[in-house]
Amino acid sequence: MSNAAGKALLISPIRNGTVIDHISAGEALNVLKILGITGSTTECLSIATNVTSGRIGKKDIVKIENRELKKEEVDRIALIAPKATINIIRNFGVFEKKGVRIPPVLKGVVRCPNPGCISNTMEPIQSTFEVIPKGLRCMYCDWVITKDIANYII
Amino acid sequence: MKHIISIRDFTREELDGLLDHARRIEQGGYAGNELAGRILALLFFEPSTRTRISFETAMARLGGERISLDCVEASSIVKGESLADTIRVISGYADAIVLRHPKEGAARLAAEFASVPVINAGDGAGQHPSQTLLDLYTIREHLPLRGIEIGLLGDLRYGRTVHSLTYALSLYDVMVHAIAPEGLKLPQNVIHEMKEREMEVHEWSDISKIIGDLDVLYVTRIQRERFPDAASYYSVASSYRVTPELLAGGKPHLIVLHPLPRLDEIDPRVDSLPHARYFEQARNAVPVRMALLKEVMG
Repeated sequence: MSNAAGKALLISPIRNGTVIDHISAGEALNVLKILGITGSTTECLSIATNVTSGRIGKKDIVKIENRELKKEEVDRIALIAPKATINIIRNFGVFEKKGVRIPPVLKGVVRCPNPGCISNTMEPIQSTFEVIPKGLRCMYCDWVITKDIANYII
Repeated sequence: MKHIISIRDFTREELDGLLDHARRIEQGGYAGNELAGRILALLFFEPSTRTRISFETAMARLGGERISLDCVEASSIVKGESLADTIRVISGYADAIVLRHPKEGAARLAAEFASVPVINAGDGAGQHPSQTLLDLYTIREHLPLRGIEIGLLGDLRYGRTVHSLTYALSLYDVMVHAIAPEGLKLPQNVIHEMKEREMEVHEWSDISKIIGDLDVLYVTRIQRERFPDAASYYSVASSYRVTPELLAGGKPHLIVLHPLPRLDEIDPRVDSLPHARYFEQARNAVPVRMALLKEVMG
């Protein structure tokens, strides 16, 4: 079986929507979590994990039918899948292709690991993190997350 | 509108400017009516003696008035009012707010919701910028803030005064020695920031190894509640006690600072030594906080 045939079996094409390709292997479910796509979603989803990739070795792929992701949504993905590419599909063709770029500030995406942080209370605020070269810094309490960022995704 | 939330928000020039201003105030360079007609709100959700009273004194010396939340239990806080709402309401009553709160980042939140300047008077284990200013002020009264070696001793993990001071010291050409027992060392976020700022922090667990190199020894209280039992607390606390015998191995010009209150960490016999500067440090709170109040309300 050729690679192309294998891929076709794994994930069928979509007419309209978004294909997120080159997700770091094993991170597809976290990508969905960041996008707020849960088990109760009405969108038709296809997910493939640990697909062989010439570019990044192993990768995950997510296809979401009838939903075109906005730029601020896809940029959040860069947190855990910095090499991801986003393909906006219209009528089975790639209408737009773009990479992800991590935004300078993340609001409401990551929970502060510091239990003493004001953002972990009932106050009417969203968690806010500044993106720094080696991770994220809570803009309320200065706590720095340098690894396992996916564990803190809200 | 200028808020005083974290030392991380300051440049060295801004810190020096405030310290110079405080120096002029201490030398009598104020009229006493600069803040006449202004009202300062003091919101203390945690106990305080020096910080609160010195802010009140500073406001009084500048001719202003104070209002305060004296007892959290008697306020709407116990009804579940959020800090955000409290701040929005108090903003309508006062020209500036001084806030102490047990949660880290509380002052940053307050600044988001306030329509008047907010001064952070301590947020959990986070920051205490006005304390840092008076710490720097006291050091600068005795030594140049350049080329000196400073030892931070005690609870460096939870001590907010230490966190603020460490950030400030990274703006000056000083060497920092962090001396703390296991479990109470400087938090990773502070170490991380110091590395980013290319300031090396030397970590020690035994004060006697480094006392001879220090120009400043900044002592903080080791809190009993951080230990599982009284025996382990006393065991650690006794080995971090500053005594005349320890200071005998230090430089003649070594100064000892402490944000106070102190319990057993500084032997009372040290009080009469020329090294002891912690009561002078507490006095310096007034001109420094006068400078801060003028900065945000002047």
